[in-house]
Formats: sequence, C-alpha cells, structure tokens
Amino acid sequence: MLVALKRIIHSGWLSFRRQTALSFATVSIMMMAIFLITSLFLLQGMTKFLIADLQDKVDISVYFKKDSSEEDILRVKAELSENPEIKNVAYVSREEALEKFIERHKEDQILIESLAEVGENPLLASLNIKAWQASQYTAISIFLEKGPYQELIEKVDYYRNKEVIGRIFEISSNINLAGIIFSLILGFIAIVVAFNTTRLAIYNSREEISIMRLVGASSWFVRGPFIVQGVIVGVIATLLTVLVFTIGVFFFSSRIDLFIPGFSLFGYFKAHFFTLLFIQLATGVGLGVISSWIAVRKYLKV
Amino acid sequence: MIKFQNITKIYNHNTTAVDDVSFEIDGKEFVSIVGRSGAGKTTLLKLLLAEEKPTRGKIFLDNQNVHKIKPEELPRLRRRIGVIFQDYRLLSSKNVYENVAYVLEVIGASDLEISRDVPQVLEIVELADKAQNFSKELSGGERQRVAIARALIPRPEIILADEPTGNLDPYHTREVMNLLSRINEMGTTIILATHNKEVINNLGKRVITLEKGRLVRDDEKGRFIL
Ligand SMILES: Nc1ncnc2c1ncn2[C@@H]1O[C@H](COP(=O)(O)OP(=O)(O)OP(=O)(O)O)[C@@H](O)[C@H]1O
Ligand SMILES: [Mg+2]
Repeated sequence: MLVALKRIIHSGWLSFRRQTALSFATVSIMMMAIFLITSLFLLQGMTKFLIADLQDKVDISVYFKKDSSEEDILRVKAELSENPEIKNVAYVSREEALEKFIERHKEDQILIESLAEVGENPLLASLNIKAWQASQYTAISIFLEKGPYQELIEKVDYYRNKEVIGRIFEISSNINLAGIIFSLILGFIAIVVAFNTTRLAIYNSREEISIMRLVGASSWFVRGPFIVQGVIVGVIATLLTVLVFTIGVFFFSSRIDLFIPGFSLFGYFKAHFFTLLFIQLATGVGLGVISSWIAVRKYLKV
Repeated sequence: MIKFQNITKIYNHNTTAVDDVSFEIDGKEFVSIVGRSGAGKTTLLKLLLAEEKPTRGKIFLDNQNVHKIKPEELPRLRRRIGVIFQDYRLLSSKNVYENVAYVLEVIGASDLEISRDVPQVLEIVELADKAQNFSKELSGGERQRVAIARALIPRPEIILADEPTGNLDPYHTREVMNLLSRINEMGTTIILATHNKEVINNLGKRVITLEKGRLVRDDEKGRFIL
C-alpha cells in the first residue's frame, strides 16, 4: 500500500518533470485561474471598503428647538439607540456645534465677527443618526417629525439629503451586485479554461492509460500519478501566484491607496494572507485534482 | 483452463472479425493461432483479455466468465496474463527500464525484486544498453523485444504472444521462439498468434487455423496450412 503510494507519487513527479512543455502550459493556465480569483478577492475587499466608507458618510441630523433641554434630547437619543435598525446615534450639543462651526470657518473673518455680534449661540443641538440601511431613513424621519417628540424638534435634515442618500445606496448595491456577477463569470471562465487544459493534457495520455489497464494496473494505480501531477501543478501555480501578488501588491499598494483614502491594499493583503493562500491552494489543487480525476475516468473504462 | 464458447465478434455492426468460434486450451499448453491477415487472431486475444466484448458467446478462464468480471476484479485477471501486443504498446512516457519495471510495480513486487529482475530480463532480450532509451528512440525489433520482456517478467500463468517475431530478424526470431518454448516447458500456457509459416512448422505444437473469422482447423502437432 505504502509502496504503491510511493510509486504513484514518484511516477506523477516524473511525468511532470519530463513533459516540460505541457507542465509549463498547465502551470501557466492554472496561474491565470488563481490570479483571477485572487484579484477578485482583493477587488471585493476594496469595493466592500469603498461601499462601507460611502455608506458611513450618509446620515440624517435632527435639530432640536433652542429651548429643548439636554435631558429631553438624551431621552430621544436613548430611545433611538434601542432601535435595531439604527447603527449609531451621536449627540452634538449647541456648544459643540458652535465650536465645530468656528473651527470650520476660522479663516472667514467676517463670518466669525458677525457671529460675535449676534452675541448668543445661534446653533441648534442635534442628533446625528446612522442607520444600517438607507431604506430606514424615511421611517426614522417620519418617527421624529410625527412621533411623540415632535414638539422638541425644529427640523429633520433629511429631505434635503434624501435624493443623495438614495442614490449612494443604490449605486453601492449596484456595484456590489455587478462585482459579484463579474466575479462569478470570470471565475467560471477561469475554471473552465483550467479544466479543459488538464483534459487536453490527459487526452494525450489516453493510449497510455489503456495500456496500463491492459497490463493489469488497478484504476487507482493509473489515476494516481495524474492526480499527483494535478497537485504538483496546483501547488507550483499557487506558489508562483503568491509570489507575483506579494511583489505586485507591495509595489502598487501605495498607488492604489491614493485612489481609496484610508484603505491599504498591502495591509488588506497581509491581514487576509492565509485566507487568500487557502483560497488559492483550494483553487489550484482542487482544480488540478478534480479535472484530472474526471478526465482520466473517461479513459479508464478499458 | 481457457474456454472459448461460440464466440462471435462483430465490429461496427458490419465487420465480422470472429464468427462462432469454440475451442478449449488446457493449462501448460502451447497453442498457435494462424490465419491470414484480418482473419481475427488479434481479436480473439483481445476478447480473452477483456479489451473487447464479444457480440455473442462466452469466454471462461478457470470457469470464470471473463466478461462478467466486475471492473475492480479485472486487473487481477489481467495480471495472470502477459501479453506481447502486435503493436507493442509501450508506454511512450517511460523508458525501456521503466516500461518493464511498470508491470512489476503493478503486481506489487518489491523494489529489490525490481532492481534485480529488470536488468536480468533486459539482458535476455539483449537490450541492457538501451535501458534508458524511450520507445520512440528504438527500432521496431527493439520495441518488440521490450514488449516481450514486459510480458515475461512477472512470470504470468498465461502468455499471449501476438506476432511476437513480426519485426525480428531470423536470429532473434529463433531466440524468442526458444525462449517461449522454454517458458512453456516450465509450465506457462502460451497462445501464439502468427502468420509465420516457419515458426509454426518448427514448433510442432497444436495449431488452430482461422479463416475469415471462422475456425477451420484445429490440429495437434499441426503444420501451417492455408
Ligand atoms: N477496432 C476495430 N474496429 C473495426 N474493425 C476492426 C477492429 N479491429 C479489427 N477489426 C477488423 O476485424 C478483422 C480481424 O482483425 P484482427 O486484428 O483480429 O486480424 P488479425 O488476424 O490479427 O490480422 P493480422 O494478422 O493482420 O494481425 C479485420 O477485418 C479488421 O479490419
Ligand atoms: Mg493481428
């Protein structure tokens, strides 16, 4: 049993080494498949980040009447925070609002001066509300405007943003969907190409397979070396692709990071390295083994 | 030991290669099957090896119907039979040494046995110096001798020799026939398919004659008559 395994592995390795041109072809095709799938993985990471970033920028603000007490506002905040649809509620007091305003406009001398002339703080306290989903914003604003707290509220800054919010969510979900469909199609093509390359390679060996059968080799003894070859191709293709990606990501990361502020491709790559390696190995070795298996089976019927 | 029972083989619904042939072969026999080119000799051997299925009839090996054997049991049957294929059928991706060693690997021989037996057998067929060559680098006669070495090395119970001297010069022909006779004397059943008249006449053993797929003669101590 062990001897047979040793012979199968040895034979697979020998075939891989001897059929240089064929091995080169299958490894490069397999590399392309793994390359594609890795790119899709990284691209998914980037779009997810982008979408999250975009969605994070969306919120609605409720401004409270000047005379509403902080206590009341915090009560509203507490109630909103309990709502599972709501991701986050941030309280901005009148003082904080003023500070931010001054900070933002400190260059604008006239504005600051006129603000001083008014004497008192003209800004309103507000709650910044972020929902998990865009569709919730309408319900939230209706609740605030028509609900038990309507007396406290000066205005809900939603209708102004409504269109923008809707569009952002629409675009991001479209991007996501397009990404998934695109990934599926490309992944499918990569798999089909790699699969057919292996099949062609084994088609070349159909005569040998039948000879092996006729001299009494069991189907495992025949199939084994081809599967070992598939594994070797998968592993080598994976290692080469990892190398290419590590170098590529290392050098291009800074350039890509410029497009997406706050995102580090290299960091993402590093953080997900083992997940990626696993996906790559599973793709390479899995494809190699499964396609060898299926291709050989056809010629084993002798 | 081997029994062909009303065997008919029709290829592609129109070529009748073997037509209602019945005969029996005892253990340790040396039987020659002769006939013109296309008479159906190779087809008979293919049927015995279960490479082809008969259209009608049955073939028994030790009372076991060869074509009713489960696929996973088939290798065991084939390991009892060494075949010198008419078209050699060497493994093109393996060199001479590996081709011969392969059948030993298949039967699970130890590495020691392989490294001991393979050079010996290659010596017998005078190919020791070609051990590292691939089949495309060999002459027709050399390929044939590799095929012979491969068929003999696992010491099978039965040897099917399909035109084993077709590409050999008279000297090697005599050597190979002597080898087969010696192996037969040691107890191996041999079925030889050939249209070499001289070979048959020198043997003086049982001869089955096929004509257009039909068995027309079956003579003990037969001669080549067509
Ligand atoms: N795979 C096949 N498909 C169709 N016809 C075949 C096939 N193999 C053989 N035949 C036909 O069957 C007949 C017998 O062929 P076979 O190979 O058994 O002859 P043979 O006696 O071995 O001839 P030779 O002495 O030339 O080797 C021939 O007419 C041949 O054309
Ligand atoms: Mg023939």
